[in-house]
Amino acid sequence: MKCAEFLNELTNYLDGALDDRTKSELEDHLAWCHNCYVVCDTTRKTIEIYRNSELYELPDDLRGRLQSAIMSKCSAHKKDEKSGPQKA
Amino acid sequence: MSAIQPNIQPPVSEEMELVRRAKRGDDSAFEELVRRYDRNVFRIAQHITQNREDAEDVVQDAFLKAYGNLAQFQEQSKFYTWLVRIAVNEALMRLRRRRPERMVSLDEEVKTEDDSLPREVADWSPNPEQMYNQAELRDILTRTIQGLPPGFRTVFVLRDVEGLSTEETAQALELSIPAVKSRLLRARLQLRDRLSRYFQKRASGDGDK
Repeated sequence: MKCAEFLNELTNYLDGALDDRTKSELEDHLAWCHNCYVVCDTTRKTIEIYRNSELYELPDDLRGRLQSAIMSKCSAHKKDEKSGPQKA
Repeated sequence: MSAIQPNIQPPVSEEMELVRRAKRGDDSAFEELVRRYDRNVFRIAQHITQNREDAEDVVQDAFLKAYGNLAQFQEQSKFYTWLVRIAVNEALMRLRRRRPERMVSLDEEVKTEDDSLPREVADWSPNPEQMYNQAELRDILTRTIQGLPPGFRTVFVLRDVEGLSTEETAQALELSIPAVKSRLLRARLQLRDRLSRYFQKRASGDGDK
């Protein structure tokens, strides 16, 4: 396996979506190609850092306001539907 | 090296029951769906729009649209996947409004084939997260992901941050599975490359460059 082939399969490998044969070819490549090993390891760390980062968490107070706004807009929508289309 | 484990989502059948109750007009069931997914929709919206106010509007508009169109939801996919599709479209619409000078599309491709090839292959420090304090790390992660084209950013967020499967991501974005895989690979490699500038192991005595 060449480095370019390894890169093509990297996403499938990290997602555990490879058949046994391709996986073992890939791991053979990783055993001797240090650059690909580093790319694979740091790509996995990239995913984990973002997954654990909690970058855009919704604060509780804002969350409460949004939920109230959503539900009151939904009730208004329901009322409009029940009263039917307004014709001039 | 172990495979990345997807985030766990609630069982489908219990959720479909909530959807059916909501379809019959039970607003408390819809409210439960809002509580279940508002955080996810907010995260996705803020990742795409990169703007807090827009993300708040997207959360409201996406749920209201879902509520108004619930009868059209065919139950062939998970409710969450359907909701994400609505939220992504709302978020992209707002991004286009803010950046009318730049085309914003999920089909956006980067010109060269080599854009994602690794340039930085230096190993990272054993604990890259400990090299910076929390605020600095958040700043690095935010700036790094903001630099990705919206089409790549969106696929990465759905797949790797929110834990949707490749198939669900394809459904939510109306892309083919090979297109999702190709964008995901390039997004992951570009992020990795950019983060390497911050996280690579520093040679002893080398200090900050």
